[in-house]
Amino acid sequence: MKNRTGFNVTFYLLIVPVLIWLITLIVIPHAELFLSSFLVEDDLGDMIFSFGNYIQFFNQKIYWLTFVKTASYAIGVTILAFVIAFPIAFYLTKVTSKKNARFLILLLLIPLWVGELVTVYGWMILLGDNGIINHFLMFIGIINEPVNMLYTDFSMVVGLLYMSMIFMVIPVMSALESMDDSLIEAACDLGASKWAIFTKIIIPYSMPGITSGAIIVFMLVIGDYLAPNLLGGKSSLWFTEQIYNKFLSTFNWNEGAAFGFLLLMLSSGIIWIALKLSGQKLEKVGS
Amino acid sequence: MIRSLPSSPSYRIGYSVYVFLFFMFLVMPLVTISVLAFNDSDFISLPWNGFTLDWFFSATDEREGLFADDGLITSIYVSISTGLIVAAMSTVVGTIAALLFEEEEFRLKGLLYFLALTPLVIPGVILGISILLTATAAGNYIEDTFGADIELFRPSYWLVILGQFSFGATYVMLLVSARLKKFDRTLEEAALSLKATRLEAILYVTIPFLRPAIIGAFVVAFILSFSNINTTIFLIGSDPTLPIDLYSRIRFSSTPVLNAVSFLVVLVISFLAILNFFVSGKKQPS
Repeated sequence: MKNRTGFNVTFYLLIVPVLIWLITLIVIPHAELFLSSFLVEDDLGDMIFSFGNYIQFFNQKIYWLTFVKTASYAIGVTILAFVIAFPIAFYLTKVTSKKNARFLILLLLIPLWVGELVTVYGWMILLGDNGIINHFLMFIGIINEPVNMLYTDFSMVVGLLYMSMIFMVIPVMSALESMDDSLIEAACDLGASKWAIFTKIIIPYSMPGITSGAIIVFMLVIGDYLAPNLLGGKSSLWFTEQIYNKFLSTFNWNEGAAFGFLLLMLSSGIIWIALKLSGQKLEKVGS
Repeated sequence: MIRSLPSSPSYRIGYSVYVFLFFMFLVMPLVTISVLAFNDSDFISLPWNGFTLDWFFSATDEREGLFADDGLITSIYVSISTGLIVAAMSTVVGTIAALLFEEEEFRLKGLLYFLALTPLVIPGVILGISILLTATAAGNYIEDTFGADIELFRPSYWLVILGQFSFGATYVMLLVSARLKKFDRTLEEAALSLKATRLEAILYVTIPFLRPAIIGAFVVAFILSFSNINTTIFLIGSDPTLPIDLYSRIRFSSTPVLNAVSFLVVLVISFLAILNFFVSGKKQPS
């Protein structure tokens, strides 16, 4: 009996902090976000229920165009991140020695941990008209005058890829790690081409990792603020910038809440589709 | 193709060149920043005008080095203290959550676990604005009802901490859970059959086993807090964290003192990364 009660006390000691965390910082704030997105100020200055904030979004072309652009760029960057990161994940797990891999993984983690702001700043210096890359290209004589790279969609995509691709490498690596090399050896012995091995064995095997990676990359890119803001040009409006403006420049928080809720719907919608298509659960993404 | 199989030289060389270029791409921004922090020039770019430590130590009006710039020193201090508090809170609650979800069975466990994972897939901006909205609503309510103005409910130092803790705990939970999955449950059962209470078993058997993961998770939570901007930017009060301070400086005026700060950050983070690498003895996601 004593054990039984002891068990219960421990259980409450464990569950209460977790409940406080999740209810006060996750559940209530998102409910509040949802509710305040339906409030607008009427002529008397009172807050009333209305769909006005959402109607505003669909009426103003700039808003939904930015929304569509953000979504499509985020999908594009996710695909690019996969193309760039997959050979690296494969190299680290299957090609190079364990010792090399450990060192290179450390190298991969450092830019991530240094933080996006510092790396975005680095890219500003590299890509500027007067920047390192232009200096280098002029020095070796490929170009005669600086190429405009900074403040374009190009520099924005570079920044987005740079901060997100590691999140493709890590999950793909952990999927590939559990893969038995003899699968590839057997296919090779039976005369399969590299392309066939790649598409019929390696890709299907690492699909859970690819899905996890794609979800995290997409979420990070769609919610990113620094790369579009500091590296993107005037025309590279990102939807997070619209939210930022609503909250910190025009102080229309309710419209900002509606925009935030739309962004949340977009990211959860696409993540849900990705999970359904690959038959995975969110629980797997975390691990 | 893989270690055990032969492959053509052109394939091997092509692959190695690709990997080399990838890691060049990876380190280029960090190397550039670090080198230019020592450039004797008033501009953040080339040409190289010779080596100087002005951007760290100079205290003249034209060149205010990092250690003479009170604003920067303050924001570094704010970031470090925020990071330590966030890491401590996240480590405690994240570890508790890992124990709860790995060792207990209860109703609605699936739903709670789902909620605990959502910060992984909710954009940081959304966490920031929803916590801002809630805190402001709560603050207004308390002010109207009790006439008290509580700092926690306005954009402030403590609200930033809450905002960063909301996702920090998730990462700690995942890192600690990963180690808990390897825990031999019979050790806990042995403690219980030797008349330890369950709480004692957790404190004296399970937690010591988890220690490497807990230390690693603390470092990760600190770094997440230290570099966060998406959530923090909405919750910041009168004392900016380092990334927010740097962000506003980059937008308005850049001098190589920003490189000097960035160089320090790169240095400290690399040190922490190497430390964490050896303490936890294996790679950590995120």
